[in-house]
Amino acid sequence: MRNAFALSGVVIKEMYRRKDFYVLFVLTVLITLVMGSINIFGDNQIVRYLKEICLLLIWISALIIAVTTTARQIPAERESRTIFPLLAKPVSRAELVAGKFLGCWLASGACLLVFYLFFGVLSGTREHSWPVLNYFQALWLHWIFLAVVIAAVLLGSVVFAAPSSNATICLVVIIGILFLGGHLNRVATNIPGAPGTILSVIYFTIPHLEWYDVRDLITHDRPLINWVACGLATLYGLGYSTILLILGWAVFRRKTLTL
Amino acid sequence: MKAKVKAGALRSSLAQTRRRIYFTNVNTVLEITDLSVEYPSREKGVGKKLAVNGLNLKIQAGEVFGFLGPNGAGKTTTMNVLLGFVNAKSGSASIFGVDVRQPIARQRIGYLPELTYYYKFLNTEELLRFYGTIFRIPGPELERRIDSVLKLVGLEHARKRLIKTYSKGMQQRAGLAQALINNPDLLILDEPTSGLDPVGRMKVREIIERLKGEGKTVFFSSHELGEVETVCDRVGILNQGQLKVEGRVEDLVKQYQCHLEQIFLKIIGYEAAS
Ligand SMILES: Nc1ncnc2c1ncn2[C@@H]1O[C@H](COP(=O)(O)OP(=O)(O)O)[C@@H](O)[C@H]1O
Ligand SMILES: [Mg+2]
Repeated sequence: MRNAFALSGVVIKEMYRRKDFYVLFVLTVLITLVMGSINIFGDNQIVRYLKEICLLLIWISALIIAVTTTARQIPAERESRTIFPLLAKPVSRAELVAGKFLGCWLASGACLLVFYLFFGVLSGTREHSWPVLNYFQALWLHWIFLAVVIAAVLLGSVVFAAPSSNATICLVVIIGILFLGGHLNRVATNIPGAPGTILSVIYFTIPHLEWYDVRDLITHDRPLINWVACGLATLYGLGYSTILLILGWAVFRRKTLTL
Repeated sequence: MKAKVKAGALRSSLAQTRRRIYFTNVNTVLEITDLSVEYPSREKGVGKKLAVNGLNLKIQAGEVFGFLGPNGAGKTTTMNVLLGFVNAKSGSASIFGVDVRQPIARQRIGYLPELTYYYKFLNTEELLRFYGTIFRIPGPELERRIDSVLKLVGLEHARKRLIKTYSKGMQQRAGLAQALINNPDLLILDEPTSGLDPVGRMKVREIIERLKGEGKTVFFSSHELGEVETVCDRVGILNQGQLKVEGRVEDLVKQYQCHLEQIFLKIIGYEAAS
């Protein structure tokens, strides 16, 4: 476990020495502020619209950061051959996978914190209310969502050769689940025969990432989510991440590493 | 409950292995038995390629062993098995009596890969600190080690510079520093002098000789026969995955009545055009 933490430290260092996060953060802030400058009269409707835009941008940026950072981890180690001196040390491949996961997850958690801080300040100054716990729930669920995403991309990065194709495939699948995941079951019951059954099977096996998207509750100032539900969603997400990581390790474990 | 017992047993067996590594005074540092390695072939029409074929090798503590052979002989592949990058098709290898497939077998090894590598965003000091943490070297001790290996390879002045800004020779020395950070008892160096200028080569050779003086075991591959002759106790010549000749340099020279270079050429089947 200590090795995994040492490895995650390197991932985090890489993250803050690269420019990706800053660029996306500045973009998010700029677009939101430009949108916000339209709101002169403090109209309720417009504040809501502003919050919607800001949260959407946060979701897109966080997803891009998490997917692209994770997708390049192991391929870059192999390409730049740093994996050789690294694995020549007493590090197991399981620790390598765990360390990469931990690093990407902690780093994207730090990014989320910055994003949501900005969101909180923005909406707080407009609405003069500070529903800190609601925002914390949204951030927490978002972070758990990213755990599943990062574990899936890490699995993809040992299965697919090219990091760019891995990132694309993962993004398509994740966005597909976000939009369609919740509806599959309803569609399935309307389709008779084998295709319907297959759809139901898919519905019950995919990770339901759409549960973690609680932006609507925030923009519409809904009350807090039941904490038990939050806890269950956390367990569900971390369980899924663990399964994906174990799969990734199983693929990577016996892989021949040469140039 | 059961899981707890299992974890306990695992931990104690791990501790045992560690103790064995630290406290047994085995004379055989490296042992390779009947090792064969196969790759999916890169040529068309050929299914598999045997890169190492029935290799047997034993290296004793304190020896400097030169692992010779032309390009493509299988030197790097053999080292890749020792470090667990590649799986053997058959046979086995152990280091300090521990099967090389166990990560703990690498606790007392220093390894320098054939080609340079670096994390683009780390400087040498940070790199060494990261590797030191993996070896569980405690903080103050680690800082001392970092100072001493950087001094040994002559990179103190550039310790805060990104490795990617180094010249080739400096990168190679950073590689050596990295290989020495855990004060290893066995060094595995893959062509440590290839691509270096005479000064760089001299420097690397000095370091190897110094390590030899400290009683370390060095296993290195090369085709710089001149330097091999000067630093090695024993050499092995590999060709097409098979160990053709193995022995002390003086003995070989006596036996073949010629220089190492000529022995090498003879063994790999090179006929001089006359
Ligand atoms: N990843 C690989 N896939 C297929 N063949 C390989 C691979 N790596 C090495 N080989 C082949 O195995 C043989 C031994 O290579 P190598 O161990 O790198 O030789 P050396 O280090 O002695 O120059 C060569 O014929 C090489 O082409
Ligand atoms: Mg080689």
